[in-house]
Amino acid sequence: MAPRETRAGEARAAAPAAGGRQVWRRLLARRTVRAAGLVVVLLVLTAAAAPLLTAVEGQDPTSYHNDLLDSAAGGVPTGSFGGVSAEHWLGVEPGTGRDVFARLVHGARISLLVAVGATLVQVAIGVLLGLAAGLGSRLLDQLIGNTTEVMLALPSLVFAISLMAVVPTDFSRPLLLTLVIGLLGWAGTSRLVRAQTLSLKQLDHVAAARLAGATRWRIARRELLPALAAPVLTYAAVLLPTNVVSEAGLSFLGVGVKPPTSSWGQMLSGATTWFRADPMYVLLPSALLFATVLAFTVLGDAVRTELDPRAASRLRVGTTGGPGGPGTTGEAAA
Amino acid sequence: MIRFLLRKALGLVGVLLAISLVVYAVFYLAPGDPAQLACGEKCSPAQVLQVRERLGLDAPVHLQYAHFLQGIVAGRDFSAGTGLLHCPAPCLGVSYRSGEQVTDMIAARLPVTASLALGAMVIWLVLGVGTGLLSALRRGRLGERLLTALTLAGTAVPVFVIGLVLLIVLCAQLRWLPFPSYTPLTEDPQQWFWGLLLPWFSLALIESAKYARLTRSAVLETLAEDHIRTFRAYGVGERRLVTRHALRGALTPVIALTALDLGTMFGSAVLTESLFGLPGLGKLLVTSVGLIDLPTVVGLTLVTGFCVVLANVVADVLYAVTDRRVVLT
Repeated sequence: MAPRETRAGEARAAAPAAGGRQVWRRLLARRTVRAAGLVVVLLVLTAAAAPLLTAVEGQDPTSYHNDLLDSAAGGVPTGSFGGVSAEHWLGVEPGTGRDVFARLVHGARISLLVAVGATLVQVAIGVLLGLAAGLGSRLLDQLIGNTTEVMLALPSLVFAISLMAVVPTDFSRPLLLTLVIGLLGWAGTSRLVRAQTLSLKQLDHVAAARLAGATRWRIARRELLPALAAPVLTYAAVLLPTNVVSEAGLSFLGVGVKPPTSSWGQMLSGATTWFRADPMYVLLPSALLFATVLAFTVLGDAVRTELDPRAASRLRVGTTGGPGGPGTTGEAAA
Repeated sequence: MIRFLLRKALGLVGVLLAISLVVYAVFYLAPGDPAQLACGEKCSPAQVLQVRERLGLDAPVHLQYAHFLQGIVAGRDFSAGTGLLHCPAPCLGVSYRSGEQVTDMIAARLPVTASLALGAMVIWLVLGVGTGLLSALRRGRLGERLLTALTLAGTAVPVFVIGLVLLIVLCAQLRWLPFPSYTPLTEDPQQWFWGLLLPWFSLALIESAKYARLTRSAVLETLAEDHIRTFRAYGVGERRLVTRHALRGALTPVIALTALDLGTMFGSAVLTESLFGLPGLGKLLVTSVGLIDLPTVVGLTLVTGFCVVLANVVADVLYAVTDRRVVLT
């Protein structure tokens, strides 16, 4: 067997049967985890209450305010820090005069919705195909294995850009982003689930269920899925921040969310032309994007060290699952 | 080894065929008439028909795909206006927009992306392996915890965020660095270097975080092995232990990951290139996508896919070369 297969395909030991509550308590005992959790909670609240927040401010994310721009300076907002005022809490967008605060909080919606949605799509496809490969016939396993191989070799960013551009613009962009990121990123999950299934299949309770005449579907649902929850959750926690970055990246390149809908990546792509005259406009979406991704990464890392005994015991870590598998890089828990 | 390579080469061809089939199916079945696109908005129906014939788009899809494959293996001819345009062997078609051959367009941009990727690689290896080693040796101290936090943050920043911030601070405010630009190495090495320094660092800072974490865990793993304890018991100095033995444990995964990253870089440099306006493969992709220039997009997807697959094989071979415990079969 080739070394890459051995590395990526080697089954992680099934997660310990630690109760969910115990894991929670251990996670919350860490200060970094609490801080990251707070950031995520704030973000979710902000995203959920976006229309309310902008209503309190008295602005909306789409109306232009040309009167607040200095047309002599090429459309830079008048006033300091990008036009910060009592009416516009974080200033206005250069060139258009749209309210930055309103666009940022509405951008949080897109960012979270797309990232969470894409993760769900990735996990759903990955679990289904992984289970099918692990439980199905040899032919099916081979077929799914080859498809996974192709998906891993597909230059996903290049492919995503092209797909986003080919689909007509009247198709909902956030939904399209979710689907494209989701459909291109399931290969890692499928590999993980297949390897887990193969090792779980050897266990006594699965064999007993099979001998008792349980169908494959029933075995998958009743015997395997509960044991798969921990490793899949861990992997999903690692996928989530990369999906936030993917959304921002595609919108940054101009193929993601289109105006008037706002997204942090899209704001940043606008910022590339304004960074000299209006640095505030660059810093705000940058900081938010960074905080979001960092918070999710910290949480994902913590969940992984809690749920994955291999990473925690620092046994055989330090290999990578390939370009498509983020976070498979083993990290010794300090 | 030879058998392994042969098998891998076969697999490589298979994966590329699959990629090309997927790409072809998606883009050629996509809404929008390529002939109309190639001809432009103001074309009359007769002109569109002419273009369709010229580009071979009147044939059924499977024949078009066969022609496309034939072009890659044996080259093909296009009737361009009055004369024939011959497109030699690895022919990926002709751009709808400029009429240029896709292979030529890619070849012209390749040095830019290669410069970007290779330069960044040097920096990320030095930074990443150095940081990882340092944090492995100073485990538990304040500096190490700071480094670990930094590398975690490093994996969390998108390249266009760190690039923009560096651009503002180093180029616009402090004026320590010139604004990024691309000058061919053969033309002016000094300008090539200074123009690419910021893009290199933006890419490398993010990549190096991954390498730091990898190096750290590999070094810690090796230092925990039995033979190291034996060496230590025999009185081998700590410095020698680290440089001669622990680093060797990190060598294999780092080299393999480098090969993989270089391979994917040809596709994923698109964000860096569009941020800094470097005329590389990624920039070409974004432009072609904007113009809905399908042959160029298909060609670029295939070429970047080829790089990824090739990098995988190279990584496997390097793994076996640097770690004798690994046997290729």
